[in-house]
Amino acid sequence: MSGQATTGNRAEAGWRVLRGLVSPKILGIIGLLAVVCLYTALASDNFLKVGNLENIVHRTALFGILSIGVAFVIITGGIDLSIGSVVCLVGVLLPWLLVQHGWSVPAGVGFVLSLGAGIGLVHGLLVTKLGLQPFVVTLCGLLIYRGVARGLTQDQSQGFGTAYKGLRSLATNRFPIFGEGGFELPATTLIFLVIAVLAAVFLNRTVWGRYLLALGRNEQAARYSGIDTGRMKLLAYVISSTLAALGGMLFVLDINAAQPSDFGNFYELYAIAAAVLGGCSLRGGEGSILGLLVGSALMVVLNNMINLAHPQYQNVEFAIIGGVILAGVIADELVRRAARRRPAA
Amino acid sequence: MNAEPPLVEVKGISKRFPGVRALDDVSLSVGHAEVLALIGENGAGKSTLLKILAGVQPPDDGEMLVAGRPVRFRGVEDALQAGIALIHQELNLADNLDVAGNIFLGREPRRFGLLDLATMGREAAEWLGLVGLDLDPATPLSQLPIGRQQLVEIAKALSTRARLLIMDEPTSSLSARETETLFRVVKELRSRGVSVIWISHRLGEVKELADRVLVLRDGKNAGEISTRAEIEHDRMIRMMVGRDIDRLARRPSHRPGDVVLSARDLRTPAHPGHPISLEVRAGEIIGIAGLVGAGRTELLTTLFGITPAVGGSMAVAGRAVTPRTPIEAISAGLALVPEDRKQQGLVLEMAVRENMSLVALWPESRAGFVDFARERRLAAEMIPALAIKTPGDRQAVQFLSGGNQQKVVLAKWLAMKPKVLLLDEPTRGIDVGAKAEIYDLVHRLAGEGLAVVFVSSEMEEILSLADRALVMHEGRLAGGLSRGDLTEENVMRLAAGGSAERMSA
Ligand SMILES: Nc1ncnc2c1ncn2[C@@H]1O[C@H](COP(=O)(O)OP(=O)(O)OP(=O)(O)O)[C@@H](O)[C@H]1O
Ligand SMILES: [Mg+2]
Repeated sequence: MSGQATTGNRAEAGWRVLRGLVSPKILGIIGLLAVVCLYTALASDNFLKVGNLENIVHRTALFGILSIGVAFVIITGGIDLSIGSVVCLVGVLLPWLLVQHGWSVPAGVGFVLSLGAGIGLVHGLLVTKLGLQPFVVTLCGLLIYRGVARGLTQDQSQGFGTAYKGLRSLATNRFPIFGEGGFELPATTLIFLVIAVLAAVFLNRTVWGRYLLALGRNEQAARYSGIDTGRMKLLAYVISSTLAALGGMLFVLDINAAQPSDFGNFYELYAIAAAVLGGCSLRGGEGSILGLLVGSALMVVLNNMINLAHPQYQNVEFAIIGGVILAGVIADELVRRAARRRPAA
Repeated sequence: MNAEPPLVEVKGISKRFPGVRALDDVSLSVGHAEVLALIGENGAGKSTLLKILAGVQPPDDGEMLVAGRPVRFRGVEDALQAGIALIHQELNLADNLDVAGNIFLGREPRRFGLLDLATMGREAAEWLGLVGLDLDPATPLSQLPIGRQQLVEIAKALSTRARLLIMDEPTSSLSARETETLFRVVKELRSRGVSVIWISHRLGEVKELADRVLVLRDGKNAGEISTRAEIEHDRMIRMMVGRDIDRLARRPSHRPGDVVLSARDLRTPAHPGHPISLEVRAGEIIGIAGLVGAGRTELLTTLFGITPAVGGSMAVAGRAVTPRTPIEAISAGLALVPEDRKQQGLVLEMAVRENMSLVALWPESRAGFVDFARERRLAAEMIPALAIKTPGDRQAVQFLSGGNQQKVVLAKWLAMKPKVLLLDEPTRGIDVGAKAEIYDLVHRLAGEGLAVVFVSSEMEEILSLADRALVMHEGRLAGGLSRGDLTEENVMRLAAGGSAERMSA
């Protein structure tokens, strides 16, 4: 092949990566995020404080991990409602096993992550082999795992106390990248970035990613093309629950206390909302990892906005978040319609 | 000339899509009680023109007149108001409702706020009578074969008092008998003063039915044939393509090689009572004829592992495999171009090149990574080879015209370099020129040792492409016809359940 062609290919490959990241679909939500940030910064002096920014980045990473997971399922045209309960189950099990039952760290961590994978496998098998609806399967999961978590611990809050500093540093460490006193990068951000890059490469550059996108759009055509649609869907559920388990572990390592009755409550909805805001269509076949990042950040910043700028409205937080998301989705749809109607140049 | 203005007239219509000028200054008029055929190559802009007429899409430019008065449709409802109804190429009915429910969908007669089922049934029966359908309006739509569903859709259009019916390739999925019925209905409607515009790639049908023919080429008016007597095959082709095309001539058969596909007592789940045995040799092109519903598609999907066999065995290239899934079939070297390109053949929202590479993706990947350079090369090879009309290989296939979509499906399967190519209605919706090209291609591939099995409802296709024909009747193999016996009469006789007349003993 000639040198020129190779350069061209490289340029196009670069362009493709960029395009895979910034689809026009997420420009709107990036704008929305910017507006909410600007508003909060103007309304409260605390928003731009280093500690607050660190916290935002940290929480975005944690929620981002959950929403990457659920995005895989959404891309196949399914849904995973069990994420919050998996977060809870793992969040109480890890300290319970380590502190109360004296398990070793590798055993405990290995167990909760495999538990996550196992849960995903069961969901996937029920959906693909038995043909049950994802909504129903994972709704039952939502009820079951929280019930199990509360039963095992007899509703007692679980934590590590002052022990396990090393393990907890996975979630609590901060790296002073700008020197002392400046912005410190939370360790969770690094974990998130690694997962995000792997997920983006998987989705956009591998055959399996292509298969997932194809089957999400038209499962029958994918099957006729010799794609093992059952196995690909199974994989998506395993990824979703495993990342939920990882997220649950990081959440409890960070907070150091997990109350079985409300730990991880509603997290599946945050994750799904972030994925939808980030350009995943619930009809399947669409999704961009950068969109998920922005979507997760928006959820976290909205919460931050209420805490800092309007603490008196904390009890209507859900209504505010819901309203902003709805506005975002409506604006997005209107923009898309206008673009469709405009005669092409 | 009549002083009365034409029923519908459009002048200087233009429509552009990104990278495509679909219509460029096109004009059309249709009179009262007239059947106008719209013909042209794939991508010529026929469907786009009809969509504009029916209010599905607005034109960028140009004017429309209904009975001499200028109109502007903002949607399908406006067109319906003006008496113009579109019968969709993909039927647009709710198959969970009954026939009457479909006819009155959205306009249900009501009494005291409740559905007035009695009136609905009575009036539905009247409209059904008009299209020659004698059935109970309470029949669930899903129980009707596709041809009758189409008649229901026409009844629905008539019930909105439509004066002009627009049909986009209405016969492409109908059996010969259903086509006849449809034509009878259209003629009957014409005599009652209803006008029809319809698209067809089957020039024989155009000759039979049309009062007038309008030809589009590359989005422009390419002429008109305005008297019935002048509607003839070669002339239409010349106007569509701009040159002459040889009549589909029978090509010489290739010398058949070894048996590549054999099936022994294969039982399909649809017709388990009729075991089927067949052998296909390398280089052979076998046509499967029969009426719609004779079990031809089921035979192909069973060979391909989509509806796995419930009995019997198969071998591909000497290896015993009876595929349980398409994956097994593909790895054995089978390819299937399915019947329904939108549902089974394509991922409509994905790009042309991504669709083409979907099957070949895995064997040509590097450790699971998509080989993008190879994917582009594949598209660069296939697009000119099949004369696919698209602004580029990144165009989503949903924006291609119907015929060009079909070519993308074909390209996808040729890309995997199969040993046996199974084709289900391979040229449905493909224009005459491209059809000849596809026949040439299939023939050339057979010359290189590919075994081809195709199902077709078009007699001409069976007669001109097949080296040998198998005719199916109600799920069983009614008989085989070698080249010498392959005549229209013999095919028909076997398809109807009779026996063929031997010409060569
Ligand atoms: N929504 C769209 N976006 C982009 N391009 C389009 C769109 N609709 C049609 N086109 C393009 O416009 C041209 C005309 O398409 P059209 O569907 O009218 O062709 P056609 O004459 O009906 O062809 P066929 O016989 O294959 O059905 C084609 O090149 C097609 O790719
Ligand atoms: Mg068309």
